[in-house]
Amino acid sequence: MKKLQKADYIKMYSFMLKIRRFEERAAQLYGMGKIGGFCHLYIGQEAVVVGILMTIDKNDSVVTTYRDHGHMIARGLDPKRIMAELTGREDGYSAGKGGSMHMFSKENNFYGGHGIVGAQVPIGTGIAFTHKYNGEKNICRTYIGDGAMNNGQVFEAFNLAALWKLPVLYIIENNKYGMGTSVDRAAAGLDLYKRGEAFGIPGEKVDGMNVFSVIEAADKAGKYVREGNGPYIIEVQTYRYRGHSMSDPAKYRTKEELDNYKQTDPIEIVKAEILKKKIATNDEIEKINKDTLEEIKNAAEFATNSPFPKDSELYTDVYL
Amino acid sequence: MSTEILMPALSPTMTEGNLSKWLIKKGDTVKAGDLIAEIETDKATMEVEAVDEGVVLDLLFKEGEANIPVNKAIAIIGDPNEKVEVKKEVPIEKVIEEKKIEKNIETKIENKKADTIDTPSPKIEEDRNLSSEEISMRQALRDTMAEEMRKDNKVFILGEEVAEYQGAYKVTQGLLEEFGKERVLDTPISEHGFTGLAVGAAFKGLRPILEFMTFNFSMQAIDQIINSAAKTLYMSGGQINCPIVFRGPNGAAAQVAAQHSQDFSSWYSQVPGLKVIAPSTPYNAKGLLRSAILDPNPVIFLENEILYGLKGPVNNDINFSIPIGKANIEKEGKDLTIVTYSIMLQKSKEAALRLKEEYNLDTEIIDLQTLRPLDTETILNSIKKTNRLVTVEESWPFGSVGSEIANIVQRDAFDYLDSPVIKVNSADVPMPYALSLEKLYLPQVDDIINAAKKVSYIK
Repeated sequence: MKKLQKADYIKMYSFMLKIRRFEERAAQLYGMGKIGGFCHLYIGQEAVVVGILMTIDKNDSVVTTYRDHGHMIARGLDPKRIMAELTGREDGYSAGKGGSMHMFSKENNFYGGHGIVGAQVPIGTGIAFTHKYNGEKNICRTYIGDGAMNNGQVFEAFNLAALWKLPVLYIIENNKYGMGTSVDRAAAGLDLYKRGEAFGIPGEKVDGMNVFSVIEAADKAGKYVREGNGPYIIEVQTYRYRGHSMSDPAKYRTKEELDNYKQTDPIEIVKAEILKKKIATNDEIEKINKDTLEEIKNAAEFATNSPFPKDSELYTDVYL
Repeated sequence: MSTEILMPALSPTMTEGNLSKWLIKKGDTVKAGDLIAEIETDKATMEVEAVDEGVVLDLLFKEGEANIPVNKAIAIIGDPNEKVEVKKEVPIEKVIEEKKIEKNIETKIENKKADTIDTPSPKIEEDRNLSSEEISMRQALRDTMAEEMRKDNKVFILGEEVAEYQGAYKVTQGLLEEFGKERVLDTPISEHGFTGLAVGAAFKGLRPILEFMTFNFSMQAIDQIINSAAKTLYMSGGQINCPIVFRGPNGAAAQVAAQHSQDFSSWYSQVPGLKVIAPSTPYNAKGLLRSAILDPNPVIFLENEILYGLKGPVNNDINFSIPIGKANIEKEGKDLTIVTYSIMLQKSKEAALRLKEEYNLDTEIIDLQTLRPLDTETILNSIKKTNRLVTVEESWPFGSVGSEIANIVQRDAFDYLDSPVIKVNSADVPMPYALSLEKLYLPQVDDIINAAKKVSYIK
């Protein structure tokens, strides 16, 4: 496994915290009516994307679902512009035309943000196809929700990726619920990572509340894919603290279940490790906390002050 | 008693075949199920089995003979001890003529139309680079893809049977051989998956040409076409474009019934972010396909299976293109305007000939070529001249391309109209199988003539 440096621990902690604070602020802005439509929060799942981030190459591509704010932050994108997209303003990553679910940054190889469950899976497979076609050593990380794992095009993509040995790493973020339907009520067979077996795609299950487990698995899988062996599946067991979207009270699960997961909060795990290894002091951690809060507060302010798109923008970007 | 072995129809649209090879010779005894010949069709080379039994009395064509019409006798089998009386007394042609089933009569008539009516449009005649030889639409499409693949490594083709099989309709013939399996990819029967894959590849900078075996199967993938390919440029604030061509046969072929005979022109034309093209001749197929491949946006390129064999001159300049969004005035006229596209151009031209002969009506024919963006200017200018409009298309009537044209014309040229606009469409039902019903379903020349008479107030 990749040897983690002291700076890596700080980086992980900072990114996970940034995602958490960002999402909390987004929830607040949603409540204030500053963010509209659907807004899917990533709170509780931070270790997944940050763990993967630790093994990433900047020329690798990423494609994900509509629960994408955390993935963009982990990709190193500017929280100000992400938040400005959530508020539908011209400084947003999609100039206010995409919203929470449809955000992109081509220059950072971030290919969305897709609103249709499962659609990003063939698309990510096609991006991987391009890496291979161009003779590049890069891979495409394609995130999949547990809900999409019962969607036909996902298996069509698995078949094509295995058939053509495409450099794609599939990361199933199993947060236990596809909207309000628990995985065991939707999937025949709960081991989602085994669903590539018929195509010869190796898979493994990982504890997604623990960033170190994620890094270990992602590192191994990433190498396998990068070496030209074809696709690989990681199923990350995670949990979202909030409902499916802002309008979901999550009455389909118990408070005890939620509290139980909070006992293994991914950010607390990293923090404990940092203190245990004496990588930083409590004061230093406190400073990161304060700076992060400040950064996100500024992002919210930026996002609520950025102008709405001009009326003339309605008709632009339909065709190139 | 002797029996004729007839040139079989080996595909719904086959009208003639080439005799590649005889697997029997005169004097052989054949049993039902024995292979007797290899026949090359418009799609493939296939072996033909005997269904009757007897001794081969005569082979009526030599190996290598081409363009033998379907249902023409190619061999005679029977009892060698019996005299083949018919042969001596009645010319074989006549016997076969009488035996023809209705289907083949109809097929022949249809083909005759395609052959004889296709006089080059004025625009083609003006083209100084026009080829002296005539090529098929199929070849025009193939050549254009090959030319663009030679120019740009990012162009590749994928679809079902496009590589080793050489294309279900032979449109990709020879491409695998020239460009290799990295750039000509056979896919599994998995439209949703491989369409999404191609869209992802286009987002990342490649220029895929995706062949749907027919556009009927694009419905399996329509989410990726509309929600992903068409909308992502907009949703990304102009960052991510999708330079892809979705092409393949669209609309009715011949007796393939409801699930395989649907016209998608108005479906796709409704979608902002897509461009939609429907060529009608080898000439414009070549020019328009090049524009489609070079375009940075997703393009729906609606071919027509029946037109694949249509021959005509082309412009062989490897940079020749016809701009997207420009209609072609196929024939100038002053009494009424017919706006049409794709295969209905042929029927509209025949209708125009008869309208001139029988009613002395001088018809202007506009071949749209591109459905989205629509060339409203050319349509409106024509209406301002003729004051009468008939739209002719194969799609269902509700919300068709003609419906939109009728709307635009009443809005922008209301005072120029001397009569209501009349639309000619297919029947508002699923496509039936029976030949007689299929003919009723599709717009026919008489339907166009009746519409033209109506807008001209001729009883």
